[in-house]
Amino acid sequence: MASSTMSSRVSAPTAPGANRGWSRILGGRTAMLFLLLMLALILAALAELIFGAVNLSLGEIYRALMGEGDALSSAIVTEIRAPRLFLGMAVGLGLAMSGCSLQGVLRNPLADPGLIGVTGGAAVGAVATIVLGDAIITDLPMAVRPFLLPVAAFTGAAFVTTVVFGVSRRAGTTSIATLILAGVAINAIAGAFIGAMVYISDDRQLRDLTFWTMGSLGASNWTLVLISAGIVLAAVAGIARMGRALDLFQLGERAAYHAGLDVEATKRNVAILSAIAVGAATAAAGPIGFIGLVAPHMARLIVGPEHRLVLPASALIGTTLLLFSDLLVRTAVPPAEPPIGLATSLIGGPFFLWLLLARMRTRGGGVNGGGFNA
Amino acid sequence: MLEARDVTVRFGRHIVAVDGVSLGVSPGEVMTLCGPNGAGKSTLLAALAGDRWKGEGSVLMDGRPLPNYSSAELATRRAVLEQTPTLSAAFTVGQLAGLSIPMQVPPERTEEIVRESLDDVGLSARAGHRADVLSGGQRHRAHLARVLGQLAGAEYMAKAGGKASTGGRYLLLDEPTASLDLVHQIAVMKVARRAASRGVGVLVVLHDLNLAAAFSDRIALLCQGRLVALGSAAEVMTAERLSTIYETEIDVDRGPQNNLRITPVLAPSAAV
Repeated sequence: MASSTMSSRVSAPTAPGANRGWSRILGGRTAMLFLLLMLALILAALAELIFGAVNLSLGEIYRALMGEGDALSSAIVTEIRAPRLFLGMAVGLGLAMSGCSLQGVLRNPLADPGLIGVTGGAAVGAVATIVLGDAIITDLPMAVRPFLLPVAAFTGAAFVTTVVFGVSRRAGTTSIATLILAGVAINAIAGAFIGAMVYISDDRQLRDLTFWTMGSLGASNWTLVLISAGIVLAAVAGIARMGRALDLFQLGERAAYHAGLDVEATKRNVAILSAIAVGAATAAAGPIGFIGLVAPHMARLIVGPEHRLVLPASALIGTTLLLFSDLLVRTAVPPAEPPIGLATSLIGGPFFLWLLLARMRTRGGGVNGGGFNA
Repeated sequence: MLEARDVTVRFGRHIVAVDGVSLGVSPGEVMTLCGPNGAGKSTLLAALAGDRWKGEGSVLMDGRPLPNYSSAELATRRAVLEQTPTLSAAFTVGQLAGLSIPMQVPPERTEEIVRESLDDVGLSARAGHRADVLSGGQRHRAHLARVLGQLAGAEYMAKAGGKASTGGRYLLLDEPTASLDLVHQIAVMKVARRAASRGVGVLVVLHDLNLAAAFSDRIALLCQGRLVALGSAAEVMTAERLSTIYETEIDVDRGPQNNLRITPVLAPSAAV
């Protein structure tokens, strides 16, 4: 049917097998893009350490990290900015990777961790602690108190995700449509619960819970960082290995199964791992919107549709976006600190729009081309 | 052999899509499933592919029930082209063609397989194009290339040794020619024949009876979920039988090369 000479026109980079080895990834355009993404992350990380109410020089930061700095800059770097930096990276990583895996499995470009109720569940746990926790918090030892809220938020996230998946699982298969609708219903219930809590809260509680629901890295300390980063990294390590599974999901569940994928196990793993990652991120920093939705899209626009590239690119973009957002809120009106959720949307939104428009001009297609279900 | 034994597939309480069908595809043969819309062809093919179904009977591959195979194991034994394949990502044709090749196949070989599969379906020149902006027929061929790639990968693994090396391999194609022009319909059937000549058992659902007669070793004629006839084209395709199950007058005669010619009898103003 086609002449044999045609085969010579198949250039290597278009064949997926050609890209499977790392040696091949680290060559050409893709490697350059990843280098740029890493550079952006490094710049964001440095900026997070340098700028703030007191600006530090690179030398001061180096000396502080080596334990040779003066007391003030050492305290700023090691006790305030470094933990904040690592918490920010963990949160961005967790949100971006779970958003990416959820969009892949749900075959839905609008999927983000909030959709399946993780964020709603975490918010219920956190808000309940803020409003009702005063009653029990005085009985707890001092050392445990700061962790009551993150633990409650994480428990809420895990509980709600379990309910959502339980509802949508019938006869051994998980219905994606039911999953999304169940997430909508559960989010509505969570919203009603939070509304009730708002109604019965006093002024201080109201202020606390309002700020919590807008997200912040302000509560970071090394203990919190180690716990949440540890949990996020464990979950993300699981997601990172699902590149091929997520690629196969783009064929639909039936064809993915025909190609050898254990479809149910993949769906279950993505649900569990993203609930853990987002649960830990939200417990530590409150619900931060937009990263989980936008980072994977930006990643696809930059490195193409293959998940073995989209996943690491999402991770880099998510962490970078989060750090720049934090930088923005910390430096906008010091020493006051607006919620980080405002900045993730303010930075992410326009950048995403610009990428979309640039892509449409050059390729004549949107995120997924003319036909999303082609 | 990939065989259905007394398979009855039910949808809900009242619909019986496949009704007590027994048949088997042997390695090296092309078997075609023909019959009117709703005859149960695709449902039977899905059952033979290992999809879940409700009803009675069993499907076995080399004597072992399909539910006893893991999805990964099945993927090294059979490849399936769905009737309406979908893709919700902006993969290139080349990426799509390589998507179902097992990860165990080394990259150089994967590259070769992609090239051969695209060549087989005549899309070599489109390897770098996005699959979701191709025409319907080209898209269908790109998915066929993916399925052929999976099979070639499985064959490679069998040759390389290991657990997958025993037993036959099967290619299941659900209406692979439906959206294709005449040339590519024939080309696809030639691809099926080539697979059979390598020892693959091929099961194809076809509506074009002439194509079925020309390229099949055996034809299974289905009607209302039942197996009406099974055998060579000459045995199965009789004018009387076809006219009955399609409820329209159909002529069967011999062409110049003794090939079967199956034509519906249409009056000049058949539009009414």
